Amino acid sequence: MRNEKRHSLEGGNPALTERRSFLLGLARSAGAAAVGGLVWAGFIDGKKAYPTVLRPPGAVEEARFLAKCTKCGLCAEACPYDALIMAKPGDGRPVGTPYFLMREDPCRMCQDIPCAAECPTGALAPALVSGPDDAGIQRLDINLARIGLAVIDRETCIAYWGIQCEACYRACPVIDRAITVEHLKNDRTGKHAILGPVVHSEHCTGCGLCEHACVTRKASIFVLPRELALGEPSEHYVRGWDAADEKRIEDAAGDVTTTTPRSKKDPLEYLNQEGF
Amino acid sequence: MGWLFSNRYLVLRRLVQVSILLFFIAGNALGWKVLRGNLSSSRLLDAVTLADPFALLQIFATGTMVSVEAMLGGGIVLVLFAVIGGRVFCGWVCPVNMVTDLAGSLRRAVGDDHSSPALSGFQISRNARYWVLGLSLVLSALLGVAAFEWISPISMLHRGVIFGMGLGWTAVLALFLFDLVVLRQGFCGHLCPLGAFYALAGAYGFLRVRHLKDHCTLCGECLKHCPEPQVLPMVGKHNGSVLSGECTNCGRCIEVCAERAMRFGAVSRAKARQDHEGG
Repeated sequence: MRNEKRHSLEGGNPALTERRSFLLGLARSAGAAAVGGLVWAGFIDGKKAYPTVLRPPGAVEEARFLAKCTKCGLCAEACPYDALIMAKPGDGRPVGTPYFLMREDPCRMCQDIPCAAECPTGALAPALVSGPDDAGIQRLDINLARIGLAVIDRETCIAYWGIQCEACYRACPVIDRAITVEHLKNDRTGKHAILGPVVHSEHCTGCGLCEHACVTRKASIFVLPRELALGEPSEHYVRGWDAADEKRIEDAAGDVTTTTPRSKKDPLEYLNQEGF
Repeated sequence: MGWLFSNRYLVLRRLVQVSILLFFIAGNALGWKVLRGNLSSSRLLDAVTLADPFALLQIFATGTMVSVEAMLGGGIVLVLFAVIGGRVFCGWVCPVNMVTDLAGSLRRAVGDDHSSPALSGFQISRNARYWVLGLSLVLSALLGVAAFEWISPISMLHRGVIFGMGLGWTAVLALFLFDLVVLRQGFCGHLCPLGAFYALAGAYGFLRVRHLKDHCTLCGECLKHCPEPQVLPMVGKHNGSVLSGECTNCGRCIEVCAERAMRFGAVSRAKARQDHEGG
């Protein structure tokens, strides 16, 4: 059967029927589409993976942001400080999407958040930067923005060397909440103080004014996307000093014992016989 | 004057294409409110939101919704181009048209036009664009982002002109060279899924090029200049209107025809089909 087929092809049989040439053409197109699609998908996947993009205030979670943003640039045009950059090919970031470079041009935290208000698709959602005012009416509140989180490198921060600086602290629009200055004893000299800045993630908007203000050559306080900057404790750790967190113990179902093949045995048994 | 008349649609198209870009540039640089944003999404006169319906379709394919405002904006654009008909976007709005037209005229200048066999052996079907269109939606669904928008040389060009080019010029140059030396009308006529989208959307619009056989002297100028010559099968054979949505309604065939055998007409597809069947 197989030989016969090969024979008929080699024999130059012109019987490439209409049906057959249609199917061949279809297969060729599908194959070309698959090749193109794979290259295309690989390219996009590589570009999507850029992890340190700081989005405008009100941006929805990054994966949804990338899906929703049409790259129209209305947010960047709305920015009165021209701080928002539209990613160009070659910037290494998802092309056409808006981002901040805080060291160069941070977010000035406009009260009316014009960038988020301009977004036509909802990639920037004003609702995410709105909260109830004193009268209980939902209003834009830039302090609810979570562009990223400022992180301090204590090894290069001169305040932690013992030099009084406070540049980031003074620049912070949420001063005394997002950045506080802690008075520490300088153990090196034994008689001086260290006035060390500390960032508080529950108040930091990630505006980047601290990174912009930092006096070291390369900023020693810098904004990272929150998912990069923050860890996450497992559920079984409880903040004993936090009444609400402590309550989780009361709500817990009780002791949970996990049984594994090894735990069924006596410890003496497996430690002696199996080794580690 | 004679030159202007025989290039009237070309001049008009360039005016429209360039002024749209200039309004966008002024919107960004000078704060003009006529048109702000870019061709992906924009605000017209600070009142109406417009959006690229194909970009929205890709966003929907990712399983994401957009605001009602954006959907309405996409609807306005889609209905506008669908009612006019053909790939009016491609011929009259898209800035890439200027790049590929330049490649096309250079080809014609060296005698490589539709009346001659292809210089290079590389050929792909003009239907490839519909595969790319399908692929755009499939990849959008799989990757969770609007797939064509991430690689679109169209967006790179208009966004680049408005917001800064970066390395986007490499994509535009590649596209120009592809059209110039690899495949005649390679991008717009074979690969572009946005063009394919508008070809489907504009298949039933009213604006159609009409051919009057009695005027035709079979000089072939229309076919030589047409970016989509497969839409002119009736030329020299019988009276009839262009049926295909792949026609960009650029009007080039009309202005290059010395015998006025081509004209614009407002014809419904049903009427145009009757013409064809009637011979």
